[in-house]
Amino acid sequence: MSSSQPDIPAPLTNLKFQYTKIFINNEWHDSVSGKKFPVFNPATEEKLCEVEEGDKEDVNKAVAAARQAFQLGSPWRTMDASERGRLLYKLADLVERDRLILATMESMNGGKLFSNAYLMDLGGCLKTLRYCAGWADKIQGRTIPSDGNFFTYTRHEPVGVCGQILPWNFPLLMFLWKIAPALSCGNTVVVKPAEQTPLSALHVATLIKEAGFPPGVVNIVPGYGPTAGAAISSHMDIDKVAFTGSTEVGKLIKEAAGKSNLKRVTLELGGKSPFIVFADADLETALEVTHQALFYHQGQCCVAASRLFVEESIYDEFVRRSVERAKKYVLGNPLTPGVSQGPQIDKEQYEKILDLIESGKKEGAKLECGGGPWGNKGYFIQPTVFSNVSDEMRIAKEEIFGPVQQIMKFKSLDDVIKRANNTTYGLSAGIFTKDLDKAITVSAALQSGTVWVNCYSVVSPQCPFGGFKMSGNGREMGEYGFHEYTEVKTVTVKISQKNS
Amino acid sequence: MVSTSSFPERASFPIFINNEWHESKSGKKFATYNPSTLEKICEVEEGDKPDVDKAVEAAQAAFQRGSPWRRLDALSRGRLLHQLADLVERDRAVLATLETMDSGKPFLHAFFIDLEGCIKTLRYFAGWADKIQGRTIPTDDNVVCFTRHEPVGVCGAITPWNFPLLMLVWKLAPALCCGNTVVVKPAEQTPLTALYLGSLIKEVGFPPGVVNIVPGFGPTAGAAISSHPQISKIAFTGSTEVGKLVKEASSQSNLKRVTLELGGKNPCIVCADADLDLAVECAHQGVFFNQGQCCTAASRVFVEEQVYADFVRRSVEYAKKRPVGDPFDVRTEQGPQIDQKQFNKILDLIDSGKEEGAKLECGGSAMEDRGLFIKPTVFSEVTDTMRIAREEIFGPVQPILKFKSIEEVIKRANSLEYGLTAAVFTKNLDKALKLASALEAGTVWINCYNALYAQAPFGGFKMSGNGRELGEYALTEYTEVKTVTIKLDDKNP
Repeated sequence: MSSSQPDIPAPLTNLKFQYTKIFINNEWHDSVSGKKFPVFNPATEEKLCEVEEGDKEDVNKAVAAARQAFQLGSPWRTMDASERGRLLYKLADLVERDRLILATMESMNGGKLFSNAYLMDLGGCLKTLRYCAGWADKIQGRTIPSDGNFFTYTRHEPVGVCGQILPWNFPLLMFLWKIAPALSCGNTVVVKPAEQTPLSALHVATLIKEAGFPPGVVNIVPGYGPTAGAAISSHMDIDKVAFTGSTEVGKLIKEAAGKSNLKRVTLELGGKSPFIVFADADLETALEVTHQALFYHQGQCCVAASRLFVEESIYDEFVRRSVERAKKYVLGNPLTPGVSQGPQIDKEQYEKILDLIESGKKEGAKLECGGGPWGNKGYFIQPTVFSNVSDEMRIAKEEIFGPVQQIMKFKSLDDVIKRANNTTYGLSAGIFTKDLDKAITVSAALQSGTVWVNCYSVVSPQCPFGGFKMSGNGREMGEYGFHEYTEVKTVTVKISQKNS
Repeated sequence: MVSTSSFPERASFPIFINNEWHESKSGKKFATYNPSTLEKICEVEEGDKPDVDKAVEAAQAAFQRGSPWRRLDALSRGRLLHQLADLVERDRAVLATLETMDSGKPFLHAFFIDLEGCIKTLRYFAGWADKIQGRTIPTDDNVVCFTRHEPVGVCGAITPWNFPLLMLVWKLAPALCCGNTVVVKPAEQTPLTALYLGSLIKEVGFPPGVVNIVPGFGPTAGAAISSHPQISKIAFTGSTEVGKLVKEASSQSNLKRVTLELGGKNPCIVCADADLDLAVECAHQGVFFNQGQCCTAASRVFVEEQVYADFVRRSVEYAKKRPVGDPFDVRTEQGPQIDQKQFNKILDLIDSGKEEGAKLECGGSAMEDRGLFIKPTVFSEVTDTMRIAREEIFGPVQPILKFKSIEEVIKRANSLEYGLTAAVFTKNLDKALKLASALEAGTVWINCYNALYAQAPFGGFKMSGNGRELGEYALTEYTEVKTVTIKLDDKNP
């Protein structure tokens, strides 16, 4: 996170939420049941609007549209791959045109600091779209020197109709992380945004239509997990489901996929990511980076570095200065300039975090600062730091997803590696050291999908991202992410004589 | 910037170095002509060795470690290429007009084919920029090993006059995509669109020195590039004869990496079971397109005995109908040949056809007394030993030969030292696959012709060239692989 920010415009003050329906076949639909659900601003607890509540019947409609758009001979299936890429580029340009609208929306609906929404979330969205657009006509099969008189080649076909279930922490960015590679490979999609944050995806739906994607290629069904989400995971005509969210729900999705039609599954789940700071680290940098690695976006990141292991000889100093840093927050409405911490997303998360904070106190961790709620409206929690945390405490084992930092002491390298790996999670990890050998050896040893050395949260669309163990299955972004949206067909043709 | 009306008499197109416009060191200029009207279009600064040296210096500086170009995110390099495509699209009509004036190709071809190819190629390679990936490699021993796919360095590009802008983009796009810097020498007959592109490169915001354009002649500016000790790689499109000189000069100087796209004498094989209408039309366009001035020209049409007479008859009908004239006339399919030298060479080969006993079916001479227009010409009863069956004509002349069996035609098709493209017309699966595998050609077209795409590699077997342009494969030519091996104290597999 850069401390010197370029000039950004002020958020819109009169944002209207025009797009609140179900998006199928490039048209807006009411829910089959007639039900709607409310969407809130977590900073003020005010209702922003109501959105059509999709359930099984709406998902069925969406899947039918997506399946139709995927038929052989359809405009989408017969389109040049390079043209699919052109549409994604066009969509990027439209997102850029509406950047201010979308950033304001993410901030109001998601509790995100406006400057982060504008620069980081929207910046990431544009890069993701443009990166994935470039792959469309570069997804190449192989011709293969098989045995016998055969001509063999592979086609890298789209998987088909992809269900995509999104989280509320990076609503628009995660929406594009899902649809961009899927569309680049030629799939059609049925998306269920998180019920807390459906608005930005619905706005982008209009841009998708404006860009010229054929009807049925992208469909969006807002609704709840146990209804619309479950309908997707167990749908017999969805070929693949991609989910970002909690490990608990991820397991349900994989189970439903198995029980229904063996749809392919990719999961991006939780984490309890270790950050290991060695005594030879550049201390100034390590302090700021480890701080941001936990507190960014109110701790609501799957990569949050929520187990900070600091080498014994620098431990006390590190704690003292981390606490100083954690006290420097201005809490408030994330649209307001000067505010540096927004609210948690909703009451459920808020209560869960406070419960974990209490457990920290009860189980004997030392509360260094914070430790409770803030303000009398909105889901705000004080930035909290615990030291002398031991590995069996709940705050050291469970994903908190809030502004609560655990700082732990370590002595030996082998020991800290063991402790870092002693979790069913494995999403990301950080290391601070100047030593070449230590950097290479420790990154090789950590059971983690991403390891950041002397940095953190460096996420770039060219790089694959995903979890070891129960932090997920599969990878998103990078060339690797595209494998998940491709189904390989081998074609073998008998010929009269093969020659090399 | 450029008006499509006549150029001011004393205006001269300058040399492009460091995003600035320069006069030649010598003060010399040369003229570029409109081959359709034979009038001088304008003068151009004539680059020679000192200008090439200056351009290389600029390109080297732009390539230094720590330079803006070297430090740019790969994704941003891609953005610049993409934005350049947008500007080419914006100025499409201007560029197509310049291209037609300078090269004589029909305006509609320039607009719909050349410019379309330029835009698509730029966008294709824009997408590759941040996808050029090295590997981490499981070697033996207690080491960590990875490769970096680095840019090669300063790349020289010498481009031809038959598709001036398109051939330049075929080189620039992958070169810039991979992070190189470039020194271009466009063909002396057709320097204008390259120089116009220079102005767009500056407008888009490529850092100074990344692209430099030095118009001039082969034996001077071109030779200076081939033998420059600070140019790391050269890409040349042109005749096999000059390609050999380029490779020789590269070896004699600094072993710069060489890619060559050279001539062809491309076989077009029409089997008796082909869709004959399709074959006739494709073979016709395949040889006559761009006034016959294509390295891919279908200049040996092999037709299976049973359908030979019919094929010849229909081909002659097509050739007689081919509209030849002013390239700015929307009805024109064929414009003038590029210059007097080519014109003379083509007529000489036509004469040899007559002398060596081929049957002249139509055409066979120039269109009129003045000008560089040649009548679409068809020869039948052509045999393999005739000059028109062995030498690249690069003009509107279609030699049609007869064959009996597949094995025979494969041998005959492969019998020359060229190997750029081949085409096969058949409905039979096995025959198609057999021929595709047997023909010694970098591209084999089945039931189509000139099907070229930014995504598909293009290049020659044998003396039609070295290396490939377009597709992912082109990236290899503009990348230098560095292996990094780090010894560890302790290894975790």
